[in-house]
Amino acid sequence: MAVQTNKIRQSFDNRLLIAVFYVVIGIFTFLCLFPFVLMITSSFMKESEIVAEGYKIFPREWTLSAYQFLLNKSNKLLNAYKVTIINTLIGTVLGLFFMSMAGFVLNRKDFKYRNAFSFFIYFTTLFSGGLVPTYMNIVNNLHLKDSVWAMILPGLMSAWSIFLMRNFMKSIPDSLYESATLDGAGDFRIYWQIFMPLAIPSLATVGLFLALGFWNEWYNAMLYIETESKIPLQYFLKRMVDQTNVQTLIKQGVQIDAADLPTQSIKMATAVMATGPIILLYPFVQRYFVGGLTIGAVKG
Amino acid sequence: MAVNHPTTGLAGHFYSFIHELRKNWVLFLMLAPAIVFFIVFSYVPMPGAYIAFVNYNISDGIFGSPFVGLQNFKFLVTSGDLWVITRNTLLYNLVFLALGNFLQITFAIMLSEIGCVWYKKLTQSIILFPHFISMVIVGVFAYNFFNYDNGFFNALFTSAGMERFDFYGTPGIWKYIIVFFNVWKGTGYGMIVYLATITGISDDIYEAAYIDGANNWKKIRYITIPMLKPTFVLLFLFGLGGILKGSFDLFYNLVGNNSLLFAQTDIIDTYVFRSLMGQFNFTQSAAAGVYQSVFGLILVLTVNFIVRRVDPDDALF
Repeated sequence: MAVQTNKIRQSFDNRLLIAVFYVVIGIFTFLCLFPFVLMITSSFMKESEIVAEGYKIFPREWTLSAYQFLLNKSNKLLNAYKVTIINTLIGTVLGLFFMSMAGFVLNRKDFKYRNAFSFFIYFTTLFSGGLVPTYMNIVNNLHLKDSVWAMILPGLMSAWSIFLMRNFMKSIPDSLYESATLDGAGDFRIYWQIFMPLAIPSLATVGLFLALGFWNEWYNAMLYIETESKIPLQYFLKRMVDQTNVQTLIKQGVQIDAADLPTQSIKMATAVMATGPIILLYPFVQRYFVGGLTIGAVKG
Repeated sequence: MAVNHPTTGLAGHFYSFIHELRKNWVLFLMLAPAIVFFIVFSYVPMPGAYIAFVNYNISDGIFGSPFVGLQNFKFLVTSGDLWVITRNTLLYNLVFLALGNFLQITFAIMLSEIGCVWYKKLTQSIILFPHFISMVIVGVFAYNFFNYDNGFFNALFTSAGMERFDFYGTPGIWKYIIVFFNVWKGTGYGMIVYLATITGISDDIYEAAYIDGANNWKKIRYITIPMLKPTFVLLFLFGLGGILKGSFDLFYNLVGNNSLLFAQTDIIDTYVFRSLMGQFNFTQSAAAGVYQSVFGLILVLTVNFIVRRVDPDDALF
């Protein structure tokens, strides 16, 4: 009898514990979601309601005016979109190509200097000259001030991604490579026709991280970009939130009643537009991200 | 494959390098973009850190300007700036590390005990999502919640008949906001790493424990947590190695140029940035940057040395 009650109690304790887990995870999930929901509802609010009562999760009235203003009355947002998309495409394609080649070479056991070159790349993660020399290098040596390349080139490669590619290539059997050599295929052909198709999972992971990095890039734009038309999405948003941009938007926009200008909702609408593509794509590409995160063990 | 060339020493290395270059020129060519990239963007700037030791003027350039030794550092110390930014950087990072790891492990364990597949998948995806958005958006969230005139919280306060709260004018509250958003953004990522470790634990161990009558809590306490310890120790140690590196993105997007908050929110990275872009004080900025790089390197080497002593397989190099 005592054993019986003990068992019942134990299963009750178990279920209680699991129930607590469900609830706690639910609460944290809600916290993760809430800022996005508030951002979205805020972007659909009427300016007068925001000014009178502040941002709300349940607006009394819904309106598209912020989006209409962004898309019709000003070409700035669309231009920022264009800059970001171009940067993302160029950066991702070039970065993937260069880093997969590097990963391929560094994995080749017949390449005598692979360890030396690996360390050469790895060392850059241990020590850096710092912001000032980096800034002066890009501005004075490379003359990239106000060039779109100042936003693309610095983020093109990372030691981490190269080693991720290399470690992935390790899992491709050497015999494949050996038989291809016997058939007379050159190194580049082996890389392009044999290794690349097999490396698609790691290419997807690295490619998505690259694309995300370029999509979210604002830092280099802040440091180096001066011309309005070269500003990418995130920096456009940053300036908008810091309010330096609203006045220029008014100047840019066709005749508009200043009282009607959706200054506050427009900030949130821009944020929604900047995050939208990530939110929409996330369900489909998530597994590649998770795959990349768990590959782990990155060594020099 | 190695060719025994008659010459030895440096010349021998050189000949063998040339030989290798001839034999594998395609491989060298394929590796070239990456090597050029790291030379141009990482190695070329390194000597430029010398600017921290000169009295810089533009006409003479970095290497022509007069050498002043540690004078630039002396200013950092005497002004008290160095102490404030070091303290802030260390304390924030310690809290990020400790609280971050604690929550990541807790959520990984809780998630691993969840039986309902769709609930598990959905919550895991949502918790991971903040990892993928830019810090600019986090700055927008902060504005959305905390701004004085129409922020979400002040809207709640006023509708409840309370006074507005001036978040952006209250330095004390920002340490909590900064830590919150760091945890908010980072928990998903770390949770996935720990979850992968938990998934790797053999089912046999849990089954044996079940047969012995262990309940869920005991299984977590005596199996899962001990099994996570090595991963935790490793991540924590390497985290300590990077403790002088601040997350510029987070701090700059939340605090920006609001000097009211600096005493509690200024870290080395924001200080370096402001000295350069705000005051165009190249030497002061570079001095703080060199201080960070050098001590950062020492920290990483120390951590790696310790890890190597414990288990060479886990060492970075």
